[in-house]
Amino acid sequence: MSATSGKFLVGIFDDEDVLLHSIPDIRNSGIKILEVFSPFPLHGLDEALGYERSKLDVAAFFFGLTGTLTALTMISYMMFFDWPMMIGGKSNFPLPDFIPVTFELTVLFCAYGMTITFFIISNLLPGVKPILFDKRCTDHKFVMAIDLSKNKMSEEEITSILKENGASEVNQKEF
Amino acid sequence: MHVTSPVREPLVLGNKSYHDVTQDIACRVEEKPTKLWFIAFGVSLVMLALGSASLFQTWRLGIGVWGLNKTVGWAWDITNFVWWVGIGHAGTLISAVLMLFRQKWRTGINRAAEAMTIFAVLCAGSFILMHMGRTWLAHWALPLPNTYGSLWVNFNSPLVWDVFAISTYLLVSLLFWYLGMVPDLATIRDRAVNPISKACYGFFSLGWTGSAKHWQRYEQVSLILAGLSTPLVLSVHTIVSMDFATSVIPGWHTTIFPPYFVAGAIFSGFAMVLTLMLVTRKVYKLEEYITMTHIESMNKIIILTGSIVGIAYITEFFIAWYSGVEYESYCFINRATGPYAWAYWAMMTCNVISPQLFWFKKIRTNLVATFVLSIIVNIGMWFERFVIIVSSLHRDYLPSSWAMFYPTMYDVGDYIFTFGLFFTLFFLFAKYLPVVNMAEVKAVLKSSTDKPNHNH
Repeated sequence: MSATSGKFLVGIFDDEDVLLHSIPDIRNSGIKILEVFSPFPLHGLDEALGYERSKLDVAAFFFGLTGTLTALTMISYMMFFDWPMMIGGKSNFPLPDFIPVTFELTVLFCAYGMTITFFIISNLLPGVKPILFDKRCTDHKFVMAIDLSKNKMSEEEITSILKENGASEVNQKEF
Repeated sequence: MHVTSPVREPLVLGNKSYHDVTQDIACRVEEKPTKLWFIAFGVSLVMLALGSASLFQTWRLGIGVWGLNKTVGWAWDITNFVWWVGIGHAGTLISAVLMLFRQKWRTGINRAAEAMTIFAVLCAGSFILMHMGRTWLAHWALPLPNTYGSLWVNFNSPLVWDVFAISTYLLVSLLFWYLGMVPDLATIRDRAVNPISKACYGFFSLGWTGSAKHWQRYEQVSLILAGLSTPLVLSVHTIVSMDFATSVIPGWHTTIFPPYFVAGAIFSGFAMVLTLMLVTRKVYKLEEYITMTHIESMNKIIILTGSIVGIAYITEFFIAWYSGVEYESYCFINRATGPYAWAYWAMMTCNVISPQLFWFKKIRTNLVATFVLSIIVNIGMWFERFVIIVSSLHRDYLPSSWAMFYPTMYDVGDYIFTFGLFFTLFFLFAKYLPVVNMAEVKAVLKSSTDKPNHNH
């Protein structure tokens, strides 16, 4: 969400089903929705808003792969190249013994890499000031923000369309 | 969109609205600490202080202060470690495995169970550090360059695997717990009136607003984390069991250990979740969120895992005889009839017989019975580890080396330290963080309240 200054219209919905059903109609009427805020994840909301699937799973795969390769490189360097140890005449490169640590590092790299990427791309960082269009969106209301500068329609028109589609309140917000 | 089979019991009672959920959970964070909380927290701090004194002496004088001898070289230290790690298995199981299986009843209990997991793993970790003796050299267990050449750690050793497994488990559980808490911290931030709490919850809620884009990514990250944590949680106790199973000690050298330890861990973890949640539920009046359905479901998992553990005990015994290995057979006969028979039969009674009582619906839906049995299971699981460890060691190959293990006050004191640590952290959590995942409860509210067609 890049736009953080300007004039916004904020539609408040009391029920998630009303909100979900209203989104296609609101978008079809030509209104550009900036973002929708909800106290819990709503399934189908991202499709309704036309968001593409997040590619975090691809990132996760590569972070995991990094972990696997780091572990295998580290262990083979230590156990085979740098200081080969003779233990009971067994192989210096016992691959099955490397599985536990390789697995753990794969999981560790994948989990942290993916979550930190998520935090960074979403600008979710310690001390970040939240851009709240309505405080109740983390409690019990479903909030739709509309950037007036990005929409050609007048405030009154948008307000009436939102109200028609089930918004219980429509407020103005300026940042 | 919300389709739930009508035969399912509702997960949230009392016809709650979304705001009621926020109010019921967040008010515990917002209210002033009660007298009861101060008493409970004070008792935990006293335990922590007493334990710290004992721990300080253990460090100062060395682990010779424990009751170990040349035959029983590993006793309470590792018993307590395995016991705590086992307890630390329920949280991630509830949040990860039950998430993958789409078990919605996890929503009421996952937050507290995950917190318990993290604190239990910290207690387990403190036993690892303690029993190294020279705790200040704990970094020697990591593959760090050193002045010996570098002489690296031995990656063939299950103890090294354990270092990686436990630390990864702790870190990933912490991450999963924190990620799940970010939206709830934002809820508390937006309700806070006091500037200090506003700043604190604001800092840790990372500027969360609940935007659709964030939720979309959040859901994806949670699902992948659940997928990662599921094999992780199974790997941790598997590797802990390998600390024993890869050795050549009769009684330890068995291939059944990994599944048997994992089942035992889930068994004891759920028992501990029940012990804690039954009290938290009562004190915080969360009966509408942690319902009888939740308790019954957990009790059913206890029957399942308890039965797996019971079968494992019997299989182990059978294989010891069937293998024809004299030492292995002796070890098991000695367990059941030797000087530690009392511990063996305590284990059998607590872990195999007592959870079978949960087959009766009357018992598994009775709060007092559940509470008592959950404690009995945890006592039993402590004895299981004690039996495996001490009874396998105390009769060495040479009868001249036979010995018994007697704990000293430092064994007890160091154990008390971990109880103090665990409860101090748990009471801090219960007071300052939301004990129920508000966002997740709200997400299942509509599909599973007691009145299916009411309006919010």
